[in-house]
Amino acid sequence: MTMWLAVLAACALAYALKLAGYLVPQHVLDIPWVHRVTPLLPVALLSALIVTQAVLTNEGHLVLDARAAGVGVAVLLLILRAPFLVVVAAAAVTAALVRAFL
Amino acid sequence: MTPDRSPEDRAVIKKSLGVAVATGLYGVTAGALAVAAGLSVLQAMALSLLLFSGGSQFAFFGVIGAGGSPVAAVASSTLLGVRNGFYGLQVSQLLDVHRWARPLAAHLTIDESTAVAVTQVNPRQQRIGFWLTGFGIFVLWNLTTFLGAVAGEALGDPRTYGLDAAAAAAFVGLLWPRLRGRDPLAVAALAVIITVATAPFVPAGVPVLAAVLAALAVGLPRRRTAHREVAAP
Repeated sequence: MTMWLAVLAACALAYALKLAGYLVPQHVLDIPWVHRVTPLLPVALLSALIVTQAVLTNEGHLVLDARAAGVGVAVLLLILRAPFLVVVAAAAVTAALVRAFL
Repeated sequence: MTPDRSPEDRAVIKKSLGVAVATGLYGVTAGALAVAAGLSVLQAMALSLLLFSGGSQFAFFGVIGAGGSPVAAVASSTLLGVRNGFYGLQVSQLLDVHRWARPLAAHLTIDESTAVAVTQVNPRQQRIGFWLTGFGIFVLWNLTTFLGAVAGEALGDPRTYGLDAAAAAAFVGLLWPRLRGRDPLAVAALAVIITVATAPFVPAGVPVLAAVLAALAVGLPRRRTAHREVAAP
């Protein structure tokens, strides 16, 4: 029961945050610094998410493991202009192989 | 593909479907990890249907799986979801979403749909990219979450298949086209430093939020720089 409450609370809060972005009055969007900062926000957040998912443990410590190997291969393939799906699949295969054989 | 579609349309459709398939397949992990953390199949489905934001979902059952309280799980999930509010701000500015479509657009506002939209140059392709990516991921994500939750234990550890690395690689793929120019590169570098420096000391989800400071630090002082450039001989 407590778990259901938590699940539904998380869902409600997540939706409220998403909707808030659309309900902000137009004049707030027309402020110059908002125009400059908003395109940079996903860059900052995606960078942080990559670090969190690729080289940090659950406790927040740096570690180079199979995930980092997978992301390394992904970066190499992006430099070679490989398609998105190939990049993602190669990262998964790399990480799986590293875990299986190292 | 109908012949009247422009090359730009075809390109964004291809991109959207590629992102939708790659991200949608990862929903298997969202289902499997949720069940592994002690949630029921229905609770795993509720998260994918109603919360529908991978990072927040993983934060939620990551905390539960590590023995954290339901309140801590809600807090981590919500902190990670703040970025979707910023995405909504950006998407509503970019797409000029109709009033009636806003509640639906809000639900589909996630990393991937926003990323595909903002990397398009023209409003038409931005609109196609946002809606097609959002809907595509929503359908596949929920389908694969169900499969992953049901097959969870039989499948075993999703890390065996490298699915955690696939998630990180998908984020790299989304970030890649935005790293053109000095400002985005500076923001990315600063965000990495902030995340690594804060992660050991704050709860999960906070480092990602703290990284917003990188965007503010680079984006806010622009006006002064412009003045200086004008004043220079």
